[in-house]
Amino acid sequence: MIDFTEDQLERYSRHILLQDVGVEGQEKLLNAKVLLVGAGGLGAPVSLYLAAAGVGTIGVADNDVVDLSNLQRQVVHFHKDIGTAKVDSARDKMLAINPDITVKTHKTFLCADNIREIIREYDFVVEGTDNFPAKFLINDACVMENIPFSHGGILRFDGQTMTVVPGKSSCYRCTFRNPPPPDVVPTCSQAGVLGAIAGMLGTIQAAETLKFITATGDLLTDTLLTFDAKSMNFRKIPLKQQKDCPICGESPRITKLEDAVQAVCGI
Amino acid sequence: MNITINGEKEHLTGQTIVISDLLQIKNVESPEMVSVQLNGKIVNQERFQSTSVTENDELEFLYFMGGGENK
Ligand SMILES: [Zn+2]
Repeated sequence: MIDFTEDQLERYSRHILLQDVGVEGQEKLLNAKVLLVGAGGLGAPVSLYLAAAGVGTIGVADNDVVDLSNLQRQVVHFHKDIGTAKVDSARDKMLAINPDITVKTHKTFLCADNIREIIREYDFVVEGTDNFPAKFLINDACVMENIPFSHGGILRFDGQTMTVVPGKSSCYRCTFRNPPPPDVVPTCSQAGVLGAIAGMLGTIQAAETLKFITATGDLLTDTLLTFDAKSMNFRKIPLKQQKDCPICGESPRITKLEDAVQAVCGI
Repeated sequence: MNITINGEKEHLTGQTIVISDLLQIKNVESPEMVSVQLNGKIVNQERFQSTSVTENDELEFLYFMGGGENK
């Protein structure tokens, strides 16, 4: 058991008060390593809440720089950060909130060649990317490396998320199978998104991360949580691991990452 | 026939309908933008034209959603 400093006891007092978290849970958070893939609309709230919560090591992977059009929803980036690498901008804000943590930046595209090596260092991955090849790549790499992750998607007024614990629950590919052809599904940059939707979905992903680390409550495993912010209807759709899943099924077709996801490196 | 789509009861005329026709009736722009779960089982897209829906079936149209980073 670590000795909490007085500052730590005060900083994390609202966690420590929670019966389900307590000092033990806070210690787990301080020892945890979480990787955020994408420091955009979803990664922004996730990074702020995980830093504030005292997740000891937070990795952030993104190859983009901050653009003016990001600021409507990517709340970790400020006007003065335009042109700065998103990983650096996110790191500065996380450390400004909580100097107690370590932030590792990966300013790179995650590809079939590098993703397994990068995610291996982490206990949990938060997927907040905009393109489907990347979403499938992260799923496949996490299944292969046995690393739990949270999937997040948003579009217009809608959001969806599921938590995948490889070996225990269905994966993203069990339900979604293969990336849709380019341009069939509009992206936020084509169809738009209400800024606060990113916050709604991202904070759900952050809560799932904290629940996973502290082993609290029931995760969104085998469940797709969807919401429509226009009606504020939330639904939990039960999912099942599928025997014919191409990666976690009985006879997986995908045994190497390159097989399925060549496209992602070129983006 | 009565079926359930995304948790809502629906009444359709006829005894049976294939998934591809149902997607059209429900104004799903492209069959490639959804994953379809029929009574808990994911239906492969290649089978949308040959898989029939009948009385009391429960369907989920699960839309692909990107989001997050602005690429
Ligand atoms: Zn699977």
